[in-house]
This record gives sequence, C-alpha cells and structure tokens, in this order.
Amino acid sequence: MTPSPTAGPRVGLFATCLMNLFRPNVGFSAVKLLEDAGCIVEVPASQTCCGQPGYNSGDYDAARALARQVIEAFEHFDYVVGPSGSCMATIRHDYPAMFAGDPQWLPRAEALSKKSFELLSFLADVRGAAATVDARYAGTATYHDSCSGLRGLGIKGQPRALLDEVDGLRLKEMEDSEVCCGFGGTFCVKYPEISEKMVDDKVRNILATGADTLLGGDLGCLMNIAGRLKRINAPVKVFHAAEVLAGFADGPGLADAPKESR
Amino acid sequence: MEIRSNEFKERSVFAIHDANLQTALGRAHYGFVGKRALQVAELPEFEQLREEAKNLKNHVLDNLDHYLARYEQAVTAAGGRVHWARDAAEAREIILGICKRVGARTVTKGKSMVSEEIDLNDALIEHGMEVVETDLGEYIIQLAHEPPSHIIAPAVHKTKDQVSDLFEAAHGGPRKTQIPELVDEARRVLRDKYFRADVGITGGNFLVAETGSSIIVTNEGNGDLTQTLAKVHIITSGIERVVPTLDDATLFLRLLARSATGQETETYTTISTGPRRADDLDGPEEYHVVLVDNGRSKMLAGRFRDMLRCIRCGACMNHCPVYGAVGGHAYGWVYPGPMGSVLTPLIKGLDAAYDLPNACTLNGRCQSVCPVKIPLPELLRELRHLQHQQNITPVMQKRALGVWRFVATRPKLYHALEQLAARALSALSRRGRIRRLPLAGGWTDSRDLPAPPGRTFLELWQGKRGQK
Amino acid sequence: MSARENANENARAAILQSVRDALRRGPLDATQVAALDARVPRHTRPAHDEDLVARFMRKFESRAGTVEHVASRDAVPAAVEAYRLAHRLPQRAAVGAALKDLAWPEGWLIHHEAAGITEALAVSPALCGIAEIGSLMLASGPDSPTTHNFVPDDHVVVLETARIVDHFEDAWTELRARPQGMPRATNIISGPSRTADVEQTIQLGAHGPRRVHVILVG
Repeated sequence: MTPSPTAGPRVGLFATCLMNLFRPNVGFSAVKLLEDAGCIVEVPASQTCCGQPGYNSGDYDAARALARQVIEAFEHFDYVVGPSGSCMATIRHDYPAMFAGDPQWLPRAEALSKKSFELLSFLADVRGAAATVDARYAGTATYHDSCSGLRGLGIKGQPRALLDEVDGLRLKEMEDSEVCCGFGGTFCVKYPEISEKMVDDKVRNILATGADTLLGGDLGCLMNIAGRLKRINAPVKVFHAAEVLAGFADGPGLADAPKESR
Repeated sequence: MEIRSNEFKERSVFAIHDANLQTALGRAHYGFVGKRALQVAELPEFEQLREEAKNLKNHVLDNLDHYLARYEQAVTAAGGRVHWARDAAEAREIILGICKRVGARTVTKGKSMVSEEIDLNDALIEHGMEVVETDLGEYIIQLAHEPPSHIIAPAVHKTKDQVSDLFEAAHGGPRKTQIPELVDEARRVLRDKYFRADVGITGGNFLVAETGSSIIVTNEGNGDLTQTLAKVHIITSGIERVVPTLDDATLFLRLLARSATGQETETYTTISTGPRRADDLDGPEEYHVVLVDNGRSKMLAGRFRDMLRCIRCGACMNHCPVYGAVGGHAYGWVYPGPMGSVLTPLIKGLDAAYDLPNACTLNGRCQSVCPVKIPLPELLRELRHLQHQQNITPVMQKRALGVWRFVATRPKLYHALEQLAARALSALSRRGRIRRLPLAGGWTDSRDLPAPPGRTFLELWQGKRGQK
Repeated sequence: MSARENANENARAAILQSVRDALRRGPLDATQVAALDARVPRHTRPAHDEDLVARFMRKFESRAGTVEHVASRDAVPAAVEAYRLAHRLPQRAAVGAALKDLAWPEGWLIHHEAAGITEALAVSPALCGIAEIGSLMLASGPDSPTTHNFVPDDHVVVLETARIVDHFEDAWTELRARPQGMPRATNIISGPSRTADVEQTIQLGAHGPRRVHVILVG
C-alpha cells in the first residue's frame, strides 16, 4: 500500500511494559500527541518487552530473543516511538551492539535504531510539534531528567520546550534534576537501602522547589519517586509529561486515589 | 589489603546509617562536583581535550610494548633502574629486596594506589621496617588502621573530631581541635620522618618515555619531600601509565586536577628523572621504577581494555550517586566507585566482588565526567554478562530471567499474564496504591506501589480501536 | 647475572609478550618503530589573549601566592630583606648558588647547600614561569637544590619576566634546550603547599612552604 503524499508518517507506538500494565493513560496521551503532530499511529498487538531487563542483567541471549521480536514487529514502520527514554535507548543504542558481527540481524537492528525515538524528543525534534500543543494545566511543576533519556538520547530541552506551551503551567527547576532517582530497573529491589537513599535525595530536591507536580518522561523513575512521595504523604502529584501535554492530566496522578481529580 | 567486596550489601547499609560518614560525604560531594563544574565552564576546550585524551590513551595502548621499551631505555640512560613485576607478589619481592639491600629502617610513602593494590605496607612492616604514609589523608587512615575510602581523598570519610582523636592517641600531648593546629601537628611529626627516611616510595601519575621521567601531582608537597630526602627513591606504577612525550603528558595534566578536585592545577607537578647527578646538592642516590602488570596486560586483550585509559582522577566516584550514598569502604578493596567496580572483579576475580558491577543503576553520570571517556556503564554490564555466563549470578536470578524470556517471547501468554497482574494488583490496591506486597518487600518497604487501573493499555486499545 | 636480574629479564619478556599477545601481533618492525619515534604530538592548548606577565601574576596570586615587581636583579636582596622583616624571619637563608653573586645584606647567614630540617627561608632562581596556569618552573641542580623548594616555611623565588612563557609546551622547550639535559627534579610550583584532607577545609602549609613569594625581575 503506497501512502498518499499528504499522509503523515506511519508510527508504530512502542507500548513499554510499565505503561501497558500501570499507566495506559500515558499510551493514550502519546497517541493523541502523535496524531495531533500529523502521524498515523498503529500499535502492534504482538509487542511485549524491549529486552532491557535481560540485557542489563547480562543475559544477552534472552535480550537478543526479545530484540528480534521487536525488530520484526516494528521494522516496517516509518518510525518507532515510545514514551520512555529507557526503552527507546535500548532499541537505539543497545540493539546494534547486541547484534555486532551478525550479518543477518545487525543491518535490521541498525535500520530500526535510526528510526526509533523517545516520544517527547520525537515530537520536538522530528515533528517540530511545539506549535501543536494545546493543553492547560494549572500548577507549578518540576521536571526529573531520567538518566537514559538524558545521557543516552540527549533529552533535556525538548520536554521543557513542549511544556512551555501548556497554558497555566509554571516550570520550576529542582536542584540536581539530572541525578539518578534510584530506580535503575532491578537495582531498586536488589539494593533497596541505597535506592531509598537516592530517592529520598530526589524527593528532598522536589519538595524544596515548592512545586505541586512532578513531571518526567519515564514511568520507572516516576513510579519510584511517586511511591516514595506517597509513602511520606507529600502533596505532590506525579504525571508523565505526555499526559499533561495531551490534556489528559485532569484525573488522578500516579499512586493517587481514583476519586481524586483536579 | 584483604578484599571484602562481598560484604558490600551489609557495609552499604551500615554506611547509610552512619551519620558522620553521611555528613562527610555530603560535604565532599558538593565540593568536588561544584568545583569541577566551575572549571569546565571556564575552559571552552574541555570537551575537545577529553576526546584527544581518549585517543592518545588508545594510541599508547595500541603501542604499549614500544613505549614501555622506550621508557625503560630513557630511565636507564638517566641513571635509573626499571624493574618488571608480573604480579603483586613479584612487586613486593622487588621492593623488599631493594629496601633490605640498603638496610632500610624507615620508609616514607607518597600516595600510591598501586602500592595498596600490591599490599606493600604490610610486607615492609613484617620485615621490621617503619612505614610512614606522608599524604595527610593516607596518614590519617594509617593511624586509624583503615583502608582509603577514595582514591584522591583517602580520609574523606573522617570528621575533624575523629582526626583529633587519632592524633591525640598517636602523638600524645594536648588534644588539638582546630584544623590548622591538626595540620601543623602532622607537618611537624612527618617532617622528622622525611629526614630520617632511608627509602621514599611514590606512585607515578604518568611515566614519560621521551625522558624516562615519572610525574606526580600533589597539593601537599609530600611526594617531593619523600623522594628528595631519602637515599633511595622507588616508584610503583602500573604499566599502562606510560605516555610518549612531555607534550603528551601535558594533555592529561590539563584534565587531571580539574576532573579530580576542581582545581585548575594542583600545587606541585613534579617531573623526576633519575637519581641525583654528580653535582646535585640533594636528591636520592638511587632511582628505581617498579612497573606492575598484575592483570593489566590481560585486560588489554578483551572487552575491558578501555579501563586501562583511567588516569585515577576520581571524578567518576565523585559524581556517582551510589558512591555518594555509601562511601568507599563499602566497596571492600583499594578502588571504590565506578572505576573500582570495574577493576576489582578484573584484578581479584569475578566471584570476589559479585555486588560491585550490580550495585549500579547504569545512569551514566560517571562516563559523562570521565576525562578519558571510559564507557563505565557498558563495562559494568559486560561484567554482569560474564557473571551470568560463569554462573556466578545467583540461581534464582538465572531462573527468573529464564521464565521472563519464555513468557516475553510468547506474546499471547505475556499479555494474558499482564492482564492477570493488572487485575490482581488493582484488586489489592487501596486508594490508588499498594502499601505492602509479599515478595516485593524491596519496593514496598519504603515506597507505595502505584496501582494499575485494572486493564492493560493493549487491552484498552484493542477495545477502542478494534485493531489487531 | 644474579637470580634477581634473571627474574627481572624473565618478567620483562613475559610482560611484553603478554602485551603483544593481547594486541594480537608480534613486535613492531623497524618502519613502525621509526614512525612512532618520529611522531609529533599536537594537542589543543587552552587559548587566551592575556598579556603573559599579567596572566601569570593573576593566577599565581589567586592561589595565595604573592608577587612583587623589581626593576633589576640588583634589587632582589633588598626585596628579600623586606620580606624577611615583614614575616619576622631570622637573618639566615638557603640561597640557590645562581644568586650568590648578589649583594646580600650584612649580618645575614647565607649558604648554598641543601636545606636542613631547621631551614626557615630559601631563595631560588626559577627556570621559567608558565602563564597558562600561573606557575613557576624550577629545575634542580647545584644552583638550585630541590630541598630549597620544599623544606622551609617561606620560599622566595626570583623569576625574570622575560622568562615567563605561555603554555606548558613552551616550558618543555626550555627544559629540552638545557645543555646538561633533564634535571633530577623539575618542579612546577603553583603556590603554597595546601591540603583539604580534614573536612574538605583548605589549609596552607601542609608539608611544603606555607608562603611562596615571587620577585619578578625586569
């Protein structure tokens, strides 16, 4: 099927395990933002996981098995976009490394890598979508820079540029926004005391800003921080930036009770 | 130094609850990180220098045999002697031999991480010599009978009061409580040792093949007094520290202090070339360099070769949030933090330090500040891979990964289980969260778990769009 | 050959072999060696457009060093005497032999030997100054023993302004130009000795001099 010259790019949405299980609202936000930016969005039903848990645990075989699955599910799209710096960095950087020396899979991994993007940077850098943001959010937010997005994919200014277009939203930077929150995948349950100390440092910096909202681009980090904020009864709402940008942040934030709404 | 890296978990928990240590770490962290950032801001060429430094180190490693041979030639021409040590035992034997030959009774030491790596001090003490660390931080921990907790600031974990206690016990006399008094007391005590020393042992930040020189950088001048006043100067250095020329060394000098302590330059940069000349009025009569391999040539062969670029600046540990939470002693050996988590398993064995490569979120801050661009997270992941392959990983974890792989490569099964989990967790939740989850104490001991809404995104999507 | 020398030869051969095995090659051939020996390093130098003397002074003073300017070498003894008085030091000093021809004040006890443990003041000639980082470069020798630079509490260094060079590399050129070759010790000194080993608090005079004073000549 040849796409018509006026149709936008076909984007395969990479759902991510955490979003799929814990926060579908982020997925729907992503679809809306991508469609508003002129993309045709599909969600391959067969997708499961990017393979990062295996890769980071040193089980490269398992990681490759999952990577092959992802490559097959997504390689026919114009772009693969996911609401997670962590997962998309795995696809962009780790997939080619995983298949080094493999004449069959390396070219396919490299091809997929080139068209794989984290959501917010895709909207800002590839689609120039700041102009299409049409949302309102009354509040002061601070932003946590997830490590893989920041250092793996260079995501820093893009979320802020997009959030700048949200009416009513005031952004206040926290100290050490770029320092790891202590999630780190299985790290947070393997070394819980260290993780707790790291998330406490992050929470302290968030509270010091006086912001009523925390935003970020990765659910792992956001769930980690939200979980700690709730445990200490801190009155800070946590959303994925995509939810605010799509105007879908009028319901409960992460770990908020269902009846709470703005 | 006895390796206790497998006590990492207990030690890290202990460290987190040590109020003195936490205060000390906080103070050091903001000093090193803040000052380095200022230096970087003031030097527009900084990023360019990092790239050049990485390339230069790679060039040296590619030609390491050549540069080592040239270095040895130049040292010999300058009247010095080069000794080759395949491992720690051989290095100790060489140094003991020199010390015994000259009848050494007092040995002063400038800071040398390699000398810790080869367990030198204990060997000298066992043979009846007095060994005196002269770097103030090393002196403090020597009195405390502790290992260093940082490669640049070995006593960073100590408070002023703790130092006062140590000095009072070791020196006698009235207890000093002010920092200037403490430093003056150390100066006075150590001055005497410098003048009595028979042998002075220093490290070597860089070994220059062009001139046969060793370069050390210090703020205190202790390395200089150590090497100048003793009859014999011995340098302990890893084989990877050689650089071709003085101009090449300069590239690293521009990065080292800025990366380590956030200074533009350390107070003293000293280039030592051979023993005293016939017309010199002071200086050592003998100049020995002990080149230590101890696993480095093996590292050159494989996936961990990049680690040999390390110039021991400490920037990685200064910026590591895990090191910042637990300090250096938790790592259980000579080298802590990110670089220690790579080196320790490589030098002492994968099973001697299981936790070190795993106690990391792979956040990458270390790599971003490394002056020679070592891909530390990648190397740590490679170590995890080796652990997995060699069955050092706990069986439970391997099994769990096996199950995960089985399920995740079967989309229908995976989705069914996710839907089950979504419903189960949602049912367990109260007001949007789960406070306690059996088997997930690692999370729920300190955090709530945000509750899933009960249906997965893929389910909902299929419902909304009817897509397949 | 002694047993130790034998062991050393074996270790040397083993280590170099291990290195070559790791690099998956044999020894470099003559052409390759010649290429490496002929290699000219070229690294980025931090750019600046400051006057060299001004930059040297600014940076040296920023690290608790002090600097004064005299018109000619003859003025040095008087400057040192003034320094001595200001810091209430006794009338004795270790003076590098390169400065012994100067008219040192009557009543002073001057020697040119290595510094002893009770040395309070030393006066040394610098080989050059490095403007890039505002540091002194001193070369050990019969005219300037190394102990002068580290033992006393007070160190006065005489530096001709014409000998302030821009970058490290320019200083190495000075070193290489010496007919007697590399000195036993080349000391690049950026200020007084310091430590931050107790609670990250900077304290001057850890082991080396507490004060370093530069007399710029010319």
